[in-house]
Amino acid sequence: MTSWITTPLSYGFMQRGLLAAVMVGVLCAVIGCYVVLRSMAFLGDALAHSILPGVAVAYLLEGNLLIGALGAALIVALGIGLFSRHGVVKEDTAIGIIFAAALSLGIVLISTMHTYAVDLTHILFGNVLGVSSYDLRLTALLGGGVLAGLLILYRPFLVVSFDPVLASTLRLPEQLLRTLLLVLLAVTIVVSMQTVGVGLVAAMLVTPGATAYLLARRLPGMMGLAALIGALSSLCGLYLSFYLNVASGAAIVLVATAAFIVAYLFAPRRGLLWDRWRSQRSRTQTSGSAGVPD
Amino acid sequence: MTFTHCDQPALDPPLAAFEEPARLDLDRVSVAYGGRPALTDVSFQVPHGECVAVVGPNGAGKSTLFKALVGLLPLSAGTILIHGRPLGHHRDCVAYVPQREDVDWSFPLTVSDVVVMGRYGRKGWLRGPTAHDREIVHEALRRMGIDALAERSIGELSGGQQQRVFVARALAQEPHILLMDEPFTGVDVTSREAILQVLDQLHQQQVTAMISTHDLNLAATRFEQVLVLNRRLIAYGSPAEVFTPDVLRTAFGGQALVLREGLVAIDQCCPPEQGGVH
Ligand SMILES: Nc1ncnc2c1ncn2[C@@H]1O[C@H](COP(=O)(O)OP(=O)(O)OP(=O)(O)O)[C@@H](O)[C@H]1O
Ligand SMILES: [Mg+2]
Repeated sequence: MTSWITTPLSYGFMQRGLLAAVMVGVLCAVIGCYVVLRSMAFLGDALAHSILPGVAVAYLLEGNLLIGALGAALIVALGIGLFSRHGVVKEDTAIGIIFAAALSLGIVLISTMHTYAVDLTHILFGNVLGVSSYDLRLTALLGGGVLAGLLILYRPFLVVSFDPVLASTLRLPEQLLRTLLLVLLAVTIVVSMQTVGVGLVAAMLVTPGATAYLLARRLPGMMGLAALIGALSSLCGLYLSFYLNVASGAAIVLVATAAFIVAYLFAPRRGLLWDRWRSQRSRTQTSGSAGVPD
Repeated sequence: MTFTHCDQPALDPPLAAFEEPARLDLDRVSVAYGGRPALTDVSFQVPHGECVAVVGPNGAGKSTLFKALVGLLPLSAGTILIHGRPLGHHRDCVAYVPQREDVDWSFPLTVSDVVVMGRYGRKGWLRGPTAHDREIVHEALRRMGIDALAERSIGELSGGQQQRVFVARALAQEPHILLMDEPFTGVDVTSREAILQVLDQLHQQQVTAMISTHDLNLAATRFEQVLVLNRRLIAYGSPAEVFTPDVLRTAFGGQALVLREGLVAIDQCCPPEQGGVH
């Protein structure tokens, strides 16, 4: 009866893959709440793509790909922070410039190689079933660090995101916190590279957070809910990919998307159908009177 | 309310007790936006516990003055002293309610989540709110008459309610100096009276307050000190000293219309919800 659940777990690679996918799902979802609330989806996607040159250099030097990616992501995160600090160019312009340059550099480097085919698809779309126990430990370490950072600095990050004026009257180091959030985001993206790949990491950052936003009233609730949705999406997606024999990263993202659509339609207060239902009810109840005050 | 935390500079030793320094001391302050001066050579002192109305036409630099006072804008010249020490050298204990809140109203926060932020600066950033903090938050909500909205999402508030939430947050900061930029614009009589009542209470608690307004009538009747601003300091003193035809003509220029000896009408085209002639 439950053998369809346990069968995949008898493979070591599936165990490791599941663990890695759930960790990444939770991590992306939690930091993704800030990505959603601060409209940083473009930044997340750009950061993800700009780690390509780092991976390429690491590959050429036969070093660790993860470390190469981390280096590139940190350089780009700090670069964007620096560029937009002086207000000469807007942040999304700075992102656009750096992102395109880094991606092009990555492609140039990779096109000088001859045996890139397999690894490149793994970088773009993930290879969660190829997770080694070393990778798993590294994921746990980096992911745990990011989550701890988000937890400890919860209030400063909240105030800087919500009300920069209050932040500066309370003398919070705004620029430092902003850059730190970018760095944490960069680490998250690198950690996710192996599970969902750089092509899909933006979805893992945004979709669970956006779903949770529709359901939760307060930020801690939104983060908890997003983590749950991220973890469940990873779990279901991986099982789907096992039985249907489809790409795992894409399956995870599609499950998360399905959850979003359900919430978008049925969420209380913010959902589409709820809205319909409420306006219909108020029309029948108070036909002729002032209706719902807005 | 008690002000134990705020009474002395946090980093520097307490000042010698023989002289009570002015709470707020501006010395030849100038502020410019990219080379274009908005305030020039402004000097004044607000002693302990005084309640000052700041008036002046649109573009006079009222908001600029407040932003400079909380360190949001750099000074191009001059000094600002709080408790006799420069800005940023101690916990300044200044609460600031901006003219228009530039916050994201769709953030998943409740009214009490926002008001509790006023406590963050006091108790360190890592600890959660204590029972004492919650009590102060509740008291601030009650004083602004919005305790019934405490668990409401901020996105579901009206403009006047939003304004009151931010005044409540400023109260929760237990400030020594309270700066409010046009808190009466666009709010109804109830909100306006709630804010005025709180100002009276704060006055009794020796909180220094500066409130900008376009309502000269209000400034003349409910405040003991008025500061008239138009890019420079035009006048500063009691309403009787300040509201003279000369001062008003200097501050408001062609908008001021001296009807008879001592009777002045001011045509302020904005804000629109108030009539043209006061
Ligand atoms: N961000 C800015 N950049 C450039 N100039 C500015 C900026 N903000 C204000 N100014 C200029 O500084 C001057 C003073 O503006 P300020 O906002 O302080 O006036 P105010 O007295 O608050 O007016 P209001 O009654 O309309 O609120 C104005 O001439 C304005 O054009
Ligand atoms: Mg103003």
